Amino acid sequence: MFIAATFAIFVAMFLAIIRGITGPTLYDRILAVNMFGTKTVLLISLLGFVMGRPEFLDIAIVYALINFISVIGVLRYSDTNKLKHMPSDEKSLDKEL
Amino acid sequence: MKLHTISLFLTLAAFWLLNSGHNTLFILLLGLASILLVLVIVHRMDVVDHESQPLYLTRNIFSYYLWLIKEIIKANIIVVKHIWLGNQSISPTLSRIKMSQKTDMGKVIYANSITLTPGTVAIDLIGDEIIVHALLKKDIDSLLAGEMNRRISLLER
Amino acid sequence: MDMILNISGALCLLVGSFLCISGGVGLLRFPDFYTRMHAVGVTDTLGAGMILIGLMFYSPDFLIFSKLVIILLLTLLIGPTTSHVLAKAAMQNNLKPKLQQEDNIKETSSSNY
Repeated sequence: MFIAATFAIFVAMFLAIIRGITGPTLYDRILAVNMFGTKTVLLISLLGFVMGRPEFLDIAIVYALINFISVIGVLRYSDTNKLKHMPSDEKSLDKEL
Repeated sequence: MKLHTISLFLTLAAFWLLNSGHNTLFILLLGLASILLVLVIVHRMDVVDHESQPLYLTRNIFSYYLWLIKEIIKANIIVVKHIWLGNQSISPTLSRIKMSQKTDMGKVIYANSITLTPGTVAIDLIGDEIIVHALLKKDIDSLLAGEMNRRISLLER
Repeated sequence: MDMILNISGALCLLVGSFLCISGGVGLLRFPDFYTRMHAVGVTDTLGAGMILIGLMFYSPDFLIFSKLVIILLLTLLIGPTTSHVLAKAAMQNNLKPKLQQEDNIKETSSSNY
């Protein structure tokens, strides 16, 4: 049962990473990465039960916190007009320069 | 102020005990020391108040949580149905919704509940209006009917 | 008693797996960013919740049970915060959502498919 759920999580992670590669805008990619991280937390907990070592749950807690902080950090970085590739933003960047 | 400190102490102690699982004297003393360090730092930051420890909510919040879980399950079933039905069945809508909460805590609970329910996302909070993006027009109508707004206003008192 | 716990745990894991896969499919199928966010909301709330509740039925002692509860609470607190921050950043950077057309236009366009 655990192994079936693990494979389902793998499928969901695969779908998320396809969206992350093909995503048309920056925000689609960040959304896909966020979902990938949430699924990783579930995957770590499930693998702990599959291998009979529930100590993995501590790692899952820490991973959930790191995932949250990294998404917020990437969003803050994207506000500095360096990551965006939209025509309107390039114009505003030119104005600033 | 004293009540909030005691509540924070109990929360931190429960978190330490549930995460460590060791009961030797040395480890427990280390836990006590780190909890006291956190309390000192938090008092110097001056953030221990009714906002970080909302004790006055605890009377009614559990019945609200039960109702919210029921709503989340219903909304999940609807969204999953529309995922498999395809793009022709959805009707994305952007709308402004008035809210009647007075305190900041009530507004935050309302916006967070809207975002937690799949199918509706709170995008921005301007004054006493909230901008909501919904997957279906029906969701906006049920928010405008005001059941969730009424229940959160009950929490505030 | 053990039998009942195992069966209900397996049922919860099955429902959670189905919800996670549907969320991934929705992430691929929906037309624009704001609607994709709703699909991620499904996996963040009930998908993760069902899998963690299913694991709670299998947990051998109280400590592991409480750690699963902590992970569930963290997921439920972090999910809405992240999606709100993402939506607000996208809206402030002029990413316009695709909204529903007038009803008759929609009917004529959907009949072309």
